[in-house]
Amino acid sequence: METNAAGQRTPVLAARRISKSFNGVQVLFSVNFDLQPGEIHALVGENGAGKSTFVKIMSGFEQPSSGEILLDGKPVRLPANGQAEHLGIVIIHQEFNLAEHLTVTESLFLGREITRFGVLDRKRMRAETRRALDLLGSRIDENAMISSLPVADRQMVEIAKAISKDARVIFMDEPTAVLSKEETGVLFEQVRKLRDKGTSFVFVSHKLDEVLELTDRVTVLRDGQWVKTAPTAMLDGESIAQLMVGRELSSLYPAKREPDVDEEIVLSARGITTGFVRDASFDVRKGEVIGFSGLIGSGRTELMEAVAGLRPRHSGEVTIRGVSMSSGDAHAANRAGLAYMTKDRKSKGLLLGSRMAVNLTLQSLDQHGKLGYLSPKSEANALARAMRRFDIRVRDGRVVAGRMSGGNQQKLMLAKVMETEPEIIIIDEPTRGIDVGTKQQIYHFISALARAGKSIVVVSSELQEVIGLCTRVAVMREGRIVGWLEGDEINEQEIMRYSAGLKKMAG
Amino acid sequence: MSVDEGQAAEKPRSLLKEIDLRAVAPFVALALLLVLGALTNPNFIGIDNLANVATRSAFVAIIAVGATFVISSGDLDLSVGSMLAFVASLMILFMNSGAIADPHLMLAAAVAFAIFAGAACGLLNGLVTTLGRIEPFIATLGTMGIYRGLTTWLSQGGAITLRSPEIQNIYRPVYFGSFLGLPIPIVCILVVTLIAAFVLYRTRYGRHVVAVGSNRDVARYSGIAVDRVRTIAFIIQGLCVAIAVLLYVPRLGSTSATTGILWELQAITAVVVGGTALKGGAGRVWGTICGAFILELVGNIMLLSNFISEYLIGTIQGSIIIIAMLVQRSLTRKS
Repeated sequence: METNAAGQRTPVLAARRISKSFNGVQVLFSVNFDLQPGEIHALVGENGAGKSTFVKIMSGFEQPSSGEILLDGKPVRLPANGQAEHLGIVIIHQEFNLAEHLTVTESLFLGREITRFGVLDRKRMRAETRRALDLLGSRIDENAMISSLPVADRQMVEIAKAISKDARVIFMDEPTAVLSKEETGVLFEQVRKLRDKGTSFVFVSHKLDEVLELTDRVTVLRDGQWVKTAPTAMLDGESIAQLMVGRELSSLYPAKREPDVDEEIVLSARGITTGFVRDASFDVRKGEVIGFSGLIGSGRTELMEAVAGLRPRHSGEVTIRGVSMSSGDAHAANRAGLAYMTKDRKSKGLLLGSRMAVNLTLQSLDQHGKLGYLSPKSEANALARAMRRFDIRVRDGRVVAGRMSGGNQQKLMLAKVMETEPEIIIIDEPTRGIDVGTKQQIYHFISALARAGKSIVVVSSELQEVIGLCTRVAVMREGRIVGWLEGDEINEQEIMRYSAGLKKMAG
Repeated sequence: MSVDEGQAAEKPRSLLKEIDLRAVAPFVALALLLVLGALTNPNFIGIDNLANVATRSAFVAIIAVGATFVISSGDLDLSVGSMLAFVASLMILFMNSGAIADPHLMLAAAVAFAIFAGAACGLLNGLVTTLGRIEPFIATLGTMGIYRGLTTWLSQGGAITLRSPEIQNIYRPVYFGSFLGLPIPIVCILVVTLIAAFVLYRTRYGRHVVAVGSNRDVARYSGIAVDRVRTIAFIIQGLCVAIAVLLYVPRLGSTSATTGILWELQAITAVVVGGTALKGGAGRVWGTICGAFILELVGNIMLLSNFISEYLIGTIQGSIIIIAMLVQRSLTRKS
């Protein structure tokens, strides 16, 4: 590798005093950054700290307002729209960019198909795909349709795609958000192998344990400013979190409070069976927070959607405060006081092109006027109240949901669900893709709601979250509830044993 | 490449600017057309000519108001032109049947009958689309053929003409009369648009339409009965067609197999020119009316200027919808 006079290696990619404004709002302030050949560099920061914008600038999808980008020490203007891939700079998006109706091989070679005498060389492309997947230790069939793959496998295909492009710099934006622990392990192993061969990675993640496990150096951004770059070995989770929020984090989880044993049972699900979920039963008492844990694809969301009437059930019974609910009737469940908050805030939770007020009241329009008429004043009051109550921080109340940070979107979604004044709230992945500070706030909202007598079901893939919040935890595996944990049993080892199938409920 | 699209969608943009531009653009275009018209022919800008243009735009304007609902909820109705011909034919045949002797009562019954028939045609479109789970494009392409075919069959290839002179005399003023100095068709446009704007912007149903058009999944997860909202939008479209029929029948007193041909093109063009997003989620009722005026004005200018043969009107309207789509997209990109 090239070295300069001071004996330092030339960074493969570097940023010098990069600033960026959108419509007069500055989101990045003179950020410096350098990426060494063969290093894994973590980029961390709260939501809205400017990570995504920075990644877009460094991969050519946005141009900086000022400052310069150096590739191999030379100033460059990165070509827009992903053309930087030809320079070896590849970005793996948080959201997938795979066309559902293509096969794995077709996806990998989309736009750069190999031809022989002008005809597609399918055989060679299949072989190349197989090689890339094998390199990742993945058993995904190269001829499978993307639509038939679970999310985790799609993520692997994205990564294989990046590898097959012989990238020198790979940006990974929350690559593990949808991966199980095992899959994450496999991914990390491959990332390390590629690093040892000289590939550089920028790893954007909210999961600090993974940052500590995988990366060589960490750069922290806060409110669009560079805060610190340091070798990962010199930091621990607590100190990174403090650098991110700029203050000490008091305990992340509020104290648990268990309701009386003979407190009224407000929600009862008996023998719920859908296409995938088999014979799942559970009860929730008034003021209780219960958790549902399990691997991705273990049927938790499907079960909850069936309970909430968002998907029909083949058999089983749902009773809300003594009233039996008919299958697939979300409206009735809503009226009976049950609200379901989706994990998919961008495609199922919020109208991204609409303002906050429209989103907030969408589920509870009955409250804002008579005979179908909507009172703008009443809606404005509701928005002001919700912004105070859930601490939604935006510069302008007229902003559209799609332009808010993930944390604010999540708070808005919670506020929207709470507008229906539910007694039972099912929250699917309460903190997916949001920063530590907002997470803590959401945990406190959940706890406060439970103290106010609401019953809450938390579905989460983050073990710490169910452990920290819930007084009872169900573990699902392959569509069934395989274990119930209470008190001291609620710990990572126990949950993993059940979800990995090493242990099963007696009977 | 899919990567580009993902990026473009995420790129932050100023919504305020976008709303302003999109909402203002059709009115700017209208103003430009007025100037252009005044330059080509001095008679153009006279009150008489403009009132005449507005009156003639009434059919398409009112149908297009209904189309604004259907398009805002993310659907499309291609059948409106044939539906108008079909409902108008039914209405005339009903009056010709002489079932009620008194001409006033007969007319009242015929009006109720036309409204019912329009709503029923809309309901059919809605049910085929939602219950049948057929793409609205195909579903209403089918009913377009059905309504047109039924009209041709009812008229046996000829014309259906209102026979009773009494009814004709009572009914004529509905198109040719005026109210407070305004031609009644213009009053009709205003009333229909006011009601539609109120429903779309100030009622729960209107909000549901926009939510369903923006993102069906979000609407469903928010407890909105998506299929009902869509079906009602088709019924509103049917009702608007019926209102247009009520104005159409007194004008000529007859229909034929070619009545309302290409009106679906005009109605959808008016909606798109007016700034309503064709992919759903943003309805602009006043923009639609503006779009309908623009279409009629273009025709009028062509007639008065003698530059272009008026037989090319369909070609011009087809071009306008394509240009409007291009303008809409560039407005979205820029801001």
